[in-house]
Amino acid sequence: MTVRNEGGPVIEAERLVVSYGERPVLHDVDLTVRPAEVVAILGANGSGKSTLVRAVLGLVPLVLGRVRLFGTPLRRFTGWQRVGYVPQRLGAGSGVPATVRELVSSGRLSRRGFLRPPRAADRRAVDAALAAVGLADRAGDPVGTLSGGQQQRTLIARALAGEPELLVLDEPTAGVDAASQEAFAGALRDFVAVGGTVVLVAHELGVLQPLVTRAVVVHQGRIVHDGAVPRPAGHHADPDHDHVHPHAPEEARRWP
Amino acid sequence: MSIFQYDFMVRALIGALVTGATAPALGTYLVQRRLALIGDGIGHIALTGVGLGLLTSTSPVLAAVLVSAAGAIAVELVRERGRTSGDIALALLFYGGISGGVFLVGLSSDRTNANLMAYLFGSPLTTSEQDLAVMAVLGAVVLAVTLLLRPWLFAICHDEEYARVSGLPVRALNLLLAVTTAVTVTVAMRAVGLLLVSALMVVPVATAQQVTRGFRATMAVAMAIGLLAAAGGIWAAGTYDTAPGATIVLVAIGSFLVVALGLAAWRTATRARTRRQPATGQPSTGEPPDVVLTRW
Repeated sequence: MTVRNEGGPVIEAERLVVSYGERPVLHDVDLTVRPAEVVAILGANGSGKSTLVRAVLGLVPLVLGRVRLFGTPLRRFTGWQRVGYVPQRLGAGSGVPATVRELVSSGRLSRRGFLRPPRAADRRAVDAALAAVGLADRAGDPVGTLSGGQQQRTLIARALAGEPELLVLDEPTAGVDAASQEAFAGALRDFVAVGGTVVLVAHELGVLQPLVTRAVVVHQGRIVHDGAVPRPAGHHADPDHDHVHPHAPEEARRWP
Repeated sequence: MSIFQYDFMVRALIGALVTGATAPALGTYLVQRRLALIGDGIGHIALTGVGLGLLTSTSPVLAAVLVSAAGAIAVELVRERGRTSGDIALALLFYGGISGGVFLVGLSSDRTNANLMAYLFGSPLTTSEQDLAVMAVLGAVVLAVTLLLRPWLFAICHDEEYARVSGLPVRALNLLLAVTTAVTVTVAMRAVGLLLVSALMVVPVATAQQVTRGFRATMAVAMAIGLLAAAGGIWAAGTYDTAPGATIVLVAIGSFLVVALGLAAWRTATRARTRRQPATGQPSTGEPPDVVLTRW
């Protein structure tokens, strides 16, 4: 890992204001993430938690506020190989099949010079990322034939292939089966063990809870809690509580 | 294969082969992006270029490249905005393009219907040596972009947001793909015509992805099918005296149907076999089948 701005914050977001059209989604939100932190951004559907991380990555335009990544203003930031992004789910689906390996290899492009053919180190990184999420044996399979949980793991492997210092995950465990959640938690544990920084958006933490060092709760576009992981309350604490996260593309489009 | 003793048939064949290789190579990205019909729209726009070229007595091919490239960039900017009103903007561009083309061809001194038909539906048998040289150069450009930049173009077509967070020059790559689409349309204009270009961009890819598992394999198989359709179409058109452009496209569609039917028959056969031996079922992945997303 290359370390510039050693010890300085990985993410500094100040007074972020974001709105989709006329509708405000984030009001005056501050967020600072330091190296080796594992920050969970929690909140209900539509609270603005996904928008917060997407704004930090420059994927949604800011109305007001400023973002620094690794000490550099977002507008001038070029060190994208230090960032690994895991979106909520595989896009709308592509018209042409792609193998797991092809998809994961695209995560290596941030470290591969333009037009440069892959080197042995690139192939090793892709192999290591596939092994980290337990999908080495599915490398040649079309992504479309995997289960939802395995597809999610493919996206994590894609981010890991770039050997990032910061992982940003948007709802990585929503609707994911238990086996994939375990594989996923293992991959994240390994990443944190070598000093990686993690920001993950979640509706509930589940198996990831022991890894999280800090929780930020977003409610109606504002941060209402920043500190220890809150204990589950109400019906969420009920051991029989069954979390169901139906894939809802309509809603996902309104709350990207 | 005695028809290929004539030079014009050989030139027709070479031109069609260049088209058969380039159109599916580029089309793979368009299908991946679910913009399968964009090539058709760019073809409409290119006709205005042809009209301009004929009217000003300059090269219709060169004018078509320039006008369709400008149109492709406009289409890309509309797509980037992602507005629903984009549909209307595209309709204005496409139908403006084709009516502008017909209008300009009508004004030119070379205003025969046969001439217009040649550009709309192709006339490979009239390919000159100069045409071939232009097609070869433009075709080489298309192949260089689509093959050498495959990992980068795959990334932007597969997941544009992820590509942006990877630090890729997404906008530049999108514009490059748009301009390459326009160049491909112009390459294919002689062999299959502007109204049938899109068929050779889409149908071989649709055929290939029925049997392939990966992106690279899909592109390779689609190009092979494109080459076969081009050669088969020219041969059949020369032998049975049919319209060459339409024949090439029909051969491509025929190969799609053959693969689709063959695959369906094979699946039925394997299903019948597994029913007889229920012990050898699908290997369990340890996950409920209902989380398996649809196959793309």
